[in-house]
Amino acid sequence: MSKKNLIDFVHISKTFDDTLVLDDLCLSVRENEFVTLLGPSGCGKTTTLRILGGFVTPDSGQVIFDGRDITHLPANKRNLNTVFQKYSLFPNMNVAENIAFGLKISGKSDAYIKDKIRYALKLVNLEGFEKRNPMSLSGGQQQRIAIARAIVNEPKVLLLDEPLGALDLKLRQDMQYELIRLKNELGITFIYVTHDQEEALTMSDTVVVMNQGYIQQMGTPEDIYNEPENAFVADFIGDSNILDGIMLKDKLVKILGVTFDCVDTGFGSNRPVDVVIRPEDVLLKKPGEGHLDGVVSHLIFKGVHYEMEVTANGFDWLVHSTSCHPVGTPVSLSVDPFNIQIMNKPESDDEKAVVLDE
Amino acid sequence: MNRKWLSGPYLIWAAGFIILPLFLILYYGFTSEGGGFTLANISAIADPIHLTALWRSLYIAFFSTLICLFLAYPLAYILSKAPAKKSGILIMLFILPMWINFLLRTLALQMIVSNTGLLSSVLEFFGLKPLRIMNTTTAILIGMVYDYLPFMILPIYNALCKIDRDLIDAAYDLGASKATTFRKILLPLSLPGVLSGIIMVFIPGISEFVIADILGGSKVLLIGNVIEQEFSLSNNWHLGSGLSLVLMIFIFISMAVMNKYDKSGEGQMLW
Repeated sequence: MSKKNLIDFVHISKTFDDTLVLDDLCLSVRENEFVTLLGPSGCGKTTTLRILGGFVTPDSGQVIFDGRDITHLPANKRNLNTVFQKYSLFPNMNVAENIAFGLKISGKSDAYIKDKIRYALKLVNLEGFEKRNPMSLSGGQQQRIAIARAIVNEPKVLLLDEPLGALDLKLRQDMQYELIRLKNELGITFIYVTHDQEEALTMSDTVVVMNQGYIQQMGTPEDIYNEPENAFVADFIGDSNILDGIMLKDKLVKILGVTFDCVDTGFGSNRPVDVVIRPEDVLLKKPGEGHLDGVVSHLIFKGVHYEMEVTANGFDWLVHSTSCHPVGTPVSLSVDPFNIQIMNKPESDDEKAVVLDE
Repeated sequence: MNRKWLSGPYLIWAAGFIILPLFLILYYGFTSEGGGFTLANISAIADPIHLTALWRSLYIAFFSTLICLFLAYPLAYILSKAPAKKSGILIMLFILPMWINFLLRTLALQMIVSNTGLLSSVLEFFGLKPLRIMNTTTAILIGMVYDYLPFMILPIYNALCKIDRDLIDAAYDLGASKATTFRKILLPLSLPGVLSGIIMVFIPGISEFVIADILGGSKVLLIGNVIEQEFSLSNNWHLGSGLSLVLMIFIFISMAVMNKYDKSGEGQMLW
């Protein structure tokens, strides 16, 4: 993977009707990277994408694309294409005309356009669909046409705004693999917006977790999942137990009155911290054999595993386990030291959202 | 559950006020005063006076539709882009006249455009030549445009509002300029609205006669005026019915032509 930055967001801020949507956002995207902007609705991820697409002008800051400031360049002059959430195929044109739209505007020859249409339809597995009316296609097919329409223009970057949001689960999973394949075949940069953490983890090279207009954490899917930097990220990416703890000293933390061994250092002594423990990292043992004893209070079968709630020392622990423990069973909970994530508590409400990266 | 009987009251109404009159017109149209079958009432359209009136009707309907279209499209386009709060008030302004009886509106217009009316007085006040358009085709055209404009604005406005904003963004995204986006996306997608507007202005426009009566005096005769006079003045119901049938054929032809171009089927409820 090339180290060159293709896109730089430099101190971008944007306000809509007195609501701060993006606050001093800085973000770099390298060539051929699959970057996912992930966050709850209203976190600013779509606005970030629309600023890059040219549909929104930031109040301050710069967008640098391929070494050039494109902050005020209109959308139709940018060498990037967007796949819209609702596909937005032109209903007055057939599939081939939709795909040819951008090529005709850039004045390509008929033979070239014909070749490109065939190539693009093949790429999205919809050969022979040229003459079809886009409105007669299923959601998944429309989505593929929208992708085909964007990529024939050979953009350097493809922007995808929750493109799988309207599809059913099975189709969504298929399309995820499809998108990874497409990205590898095309060798271009993908910037993907979603609120679905599973989608983000599956497809991305880099995940950017956003909340309230700030980047919370940026890293590989593994980093984000295994080493969340704050309680928001831990909570948003997968299920987790977030507890108040006190860092007694290096590698020793007190949670719910019980002392746990951990691997983190450098937090000082007797310092209040947030502790994150993934539900699959909580081990169930016979009473008395673990760190603290409790009673199973909820049990749901999830297919791959059982999801349980265990009440212990006044906290309802979320536990994932492949073995079944009926409600009322006394159990003991145990956690391996390297599965305990220690995080600084945010010092104020503001800081909850502040960039902790760098 | 069979609820068909619920339509009973309407069926009785329709039988008495739509079906029966149609048959009466057909009967009168194809019979002479003596009661025998004849085509003379139909072929009477070839009479130069009738032909001129029919031609003038089509001509006025055509041009008032054209003027309405050119006034309405840009306006509807601006309204559809305005924020909802603003456009609501503006739309009200254009619909408001529709709530007032159309005869009253036309009479009010007569006061304004008549040779000694408001418009002339204002022009004279500024030392300009007063307008002498009363009882001319121009006056009728102004009246038609004034009365029918809302019927053109609304369907076009609705069609433009229904176009997804993302489609326009998608066109820009693919490199289209504003003009290209309008030509390739907005205009084609708003055509059903344009067509509905044309149907709602042109079709009733063909048989218009009240506006011609009020603003044209008896000087400018439309085919509607001729038919009206056959019924009310000459008491010749046979000729009036015959000419009505001819007019009906023209209306059917117009509808059929519109229908052919209305692929989306939006105007089909009128057909």
